[in-house]
Amino acid sequence: MTKRFFVNTAVLLGRSLRHVTRSLDTILTTTIMPIALLLLFVYVLGGAVKSVAHSYVNYLLPGILLITIASGISYTAFRLFLDRQSGIFERFQSMPIARSSVLWAHVLTSLIANLISLVVVVLVALLMGFRSGAGVLAWLAVAGVLILFTLALTWIAVLAGLSAKSTDGVSAFSYPLIFLPFVSSAFVPTDTMPGPVRAFAKHQPVTSIVNAIRDLFTQRPVGTGIWIALAWCVGILIVAYIFAMATYRRRIS
Amino acid sequence: MTVNRVPGPAIHVQDLKKSYKELEVLRGVDFDVARGSIFALLGSNGAGKTTVVKILSTLLNADAGTASVNGFDVATQAADVRESISLTGQFAAVDEILSGRENLVLVARLRRLKGPGTIAEDLLHRFSLTDAGARRVSTYSGGMRRRLDIAMSLIGNPQVIFLDEPTAGLDPEGRIEVWRTVKELADHGTTVLLTTQYLDEAEQLADRIAILHEGRIIVNGTLTELKHLLPPAKVEYVEKQPTLEDVFFAVVGNGKDSDAVAITAASAPTSKEQR
Repeated sequence: MTKRFFVNTAVLLGRSLRHVTRSLDTILTTTIMPIALLLLFVYVLGGAVKSVAHSYVNYLLPGILLITIASGISYTAFRLFLDRQSGIFERFQSMPIARSSVLWAHVLTSLIANLISLVVVVLVALLMGFRSGAGVLAWLAVAGVLILFTLALTWIAVLAGLSAKSTDGVSAFSYPLIFLPFVSSAFVPTDTMPGPVRAFAKHQPVTSIVNAIRDLFTQRPVGTGIWIALAWCVGILIVAYIFAMATYRRRIS
Repeated sequence: MTVNRVPGPAIHVQDLKKSYKELEVLRGVDFDVARGSIFALLGSNGAGKTTVVKILSTLLNADAGTASVNGFDVATQAADVRESISLTGQFAAVDEILSGRENLVLVARLRRLKGPGTIAEDLLHRFSLTDAGARRVSTYSGGMRRRLDIAMSLIGNPQVIFLDEPTAGLDPEGRIEVWRTVKELADHGTTVLLTTQYLDEAEQLADRIAILHEGRIIVNGTLTELKHLLPPAKVEYVEKQPTLEDVFFAVVGNGKDSDAVAITAASAPTSKEQR
């Protein structure tokens, strides 16, 4: 049964990766918005917020990476929704395959597509002057946090893809996720915000994740912050996974 | 790979019930389908035909009653049922972004068969899709898509095939293409359960016809048996006008013309024996 699961997942992963490579515009569109934000904040607003950091692009990149993921996973939900709409989902479910491999293939595709987008955004940031003295281990830690965050948001996307009733609904769920970084430490320090906003910004997941990545990039000790960031990622991942699987089981019974 | 033949009918359905919230869709459905036969489930929109197919293909659980396919219970032996069947959906369940060949290879790989490439080539040839094999399915016509859909269902030689409204939305030529395919399937010994709302389709294809109405099978028999339910035919002399279908094929008239007209002519009620 497990061997079947891996074979089926690999075959279905190949299928949905083909979907990605045949519509490369989806990767481009997911990177265009974060890159535009990067350009806007560094070259237009960056002068005014110079007091924030020595190099604003260095300050900004962690938050932009999270926005990249938030916009990337909307395509995961979209692809899953299309599979349901077209009827191919039902065809797979009526075949002698490990049924959960249908979902896992989408999850892994989401991970790969998002990693490609992240690499593109980091390359653009490097062109814009982003520099980090972080060593291999710190980069790996950053990659680990980003992968966990991608998986957590991907399962939210799976939930959206499984429960959406229209193509509009399936992409709308990602808007709040894209805007969450604006009310966090991603663009400006939370200390500059008025009371209630600051309280929200300080305690929402994006701030701790952004801070952890920023500390890793700037080779500052991450302290307990990274554990809070990881706890958020794992917590969201588990809750989203449970709800997505429950929805999935309801769909197939 | 395929599960061994189990004696008894290919499909056995007894007192099947299903409701969606308050709406009772199936109120006790009973029927059997003999091996190697074509069985048509006839009914208007919303009669519950698709619900029956979904339960039989393990996509939906019944509220009450039992159903078995190839001798396996759909509720307790779902995995064995899935080894025995193939489903072609109401909306051709093919991958639009992949090519026809890739769709076939995909299904062969998922069923973990040896030589997926060869299987794909054979089926493309059998369904006259070889030339279109490398093209994306999004460029296919409705008829080609449905043929590919059916071809995908044949991979792994399932013993039972469910065709849910196989000709819905097809033009007359596409319909005839699909009919021909279905007849070939039954000739090869596959059991076919077909749902349709077109009376002529059931008449053309099915060995037995059951009418599903308001959640129950109200009639179940061969075409001849169903005809006996009505008073004997009266003899009247009527000038036979060509049907629009005759006109369509006479005007369109391409290479398939002779074949098409032959099948059209067969839709006259007396000529069931011709097939």
